[in-house]
Amino acid sequence: MSKTPGSLKYTKSHEWVRRETDGTLTVGITDHAQDLMGDLVYVELPEQGRKVSAGNECAVVESVKAASDVYAPMSGEITAANTALADGPETINKDPYGEGWMFKIRPSNPAEWNALLDAGAYDAQVASEKH
Amino acid sequence: MGHRTPLYEIHLALNAKIVDFGGWDMPLHYGSQIEEHHRVRNDAGMFDVSHMNVLELKGDEVRDFLRLLLANDVAKLKTPGRALYSCMLNTEGGVLDDLIVYFLDDSSFRVVANAATREKDLAWIRNAAELFGGVQIVERDDLAIIAAQGPNAREKVCRALGDPIRSAAGNLQPFHAATVGDLFIATTGYTGEDGFEIILPTTAVKDVWQALQDVDIRPAGLGARDTLRLEAGMNLYGQDMDETTTPIESGLAWTVAFEPTDRKFIGREVLDKQRANGASRALAGLALEGKGGVLRSHQKVLCEGLGEGEVTSGSFSPTLNCSIALARVPAGVPIGSRCRVDVRGKMLDARVVKYPFVRNGKSCLA
Repeated sequence: MSKTPGSLKYTKSHEWVRRETDGTLTVGITDHAQDLMGDLVYVELPEQGRKVSAGNECAVVESVKAASDVYAPMSGEITAANTALADGPETINKDPYGEGWMFKIRPSNPAEWNALLDAGAYDAQVASEKH
Repeated sequence: MGHRTPLYEIHLALNAKIVDFGGWDMPLHYGSQIEEHHRVRNDAGMFDVSHMNVLELKGDEVRDFLRLLLANDVAKLKTPGRALYSCMLNTEGGVLDDLIVYFLDDSSFRVVANAATREKDLAWIRNAAELFGGVQIVERDDLAIIAAQGPNAREKVCRALGDPIRSAAGNLQPFHAATVGDLFIATTGYTGEDGFEIILPTTAVKDVWQALQDVDIRPAGLGARDTLRLEAGMNLYGQDMDETTTPIESGLAWTVAFEPTDRKFIGREVLDKQRANGASRALAGLALEGKGGVLRSHQKVLCEGLGEGEVTSGSFSPTLNCSIALARVPAGVPIGSRCRVDVRGKMLDARVVKYPFVRNGKSCLA
């Protein structure tokens, strides 16, 4: 049973990316990632205005058990962060593709979009990690 | 594939996330470890702890043997069914393992020790028994353990298992046990809550587990067990103490019976010296101020003017809604003082606090 929405793009490091009508990108972690982490208890988000590079760490999620970096799926500037997560990190567990979004990027190199995975390729990668 | 308890298939059917724990395939959680944690604090939950090592020591002089082997004194156990927590030390005073010993009768005691240290413990105890003479060691791999814990656990277990259990165990004081048929029901645990640890034949454990589920005692995994024991200020072997640390350096001096002074338990000489001269290290409780991250084992602790220490167990406390830890710090760090902890490269403030952090569902933090 796949919960991976076909409308989103993905990274190998388990982020999802949605392109909004204004050209910005909304980023979060996948349902598979939140399931691996377990109950999240702390989220560290990037500051608005920060410049990020594709593949570099720009946020942290911590569960009861472990901490994990979240990577920028594309280069650009952070335009927003979901500050509601500070008091409700469990929102990511409950709704990873909706209310659990983490930050928005205005991309500086739109061509990087083409390097992202579609839902099928992401699911195949997750399946390969399990074996 | 690791060792599996008789309940392994049931855990899978309950959608448990299975992890390796000391060579055993054990349930980490069944969906949400925080919900399981709250369930134990507020109602009742149960853990499969059948991986733990159950031994019986038998012989006419077994009490004298245990008074040599263990840092706590089984002479305190005057009636059958009484239980005692103790460390087992090496000759340097380092902790080989921590365990609970139950007095069964004048010639037999039951020991429940950690799974990960099983072979080391057995070798040590066998060697000591050989030197002592006349003590027989029986591995009870035919026994499983269910820990039912929480404010409502006792009542629910009695309801599930019937009147003979209720009359034998319903009013037991802490650290007592009753035997009813095949069931050994002890008021011990690792959560800081009331409840029972039920030691029973592996052939009976599935039926009892089901009976407990039928009275709505929900399964809880090792994840919740860890946050519950940390809140309760209970040490975890291998993290908060090991062979390189003494009980005095590990917040466990209260478990060492220094009286009577003529009892020669293994490791005593080092402990006597440390007690007379003062240990240089101690275990302290920490509570993180604010929400800058999560305390975790091996993070460095800076205690101003006193030196450095290290977090030995750290996690998020679901009951207190903040991060807490046990840390080995320089002796003399005052309760109420502040220290700084290196949390993923950030120096965060933490308060040195008394622990337990939580007892019987209530915060102990001022």
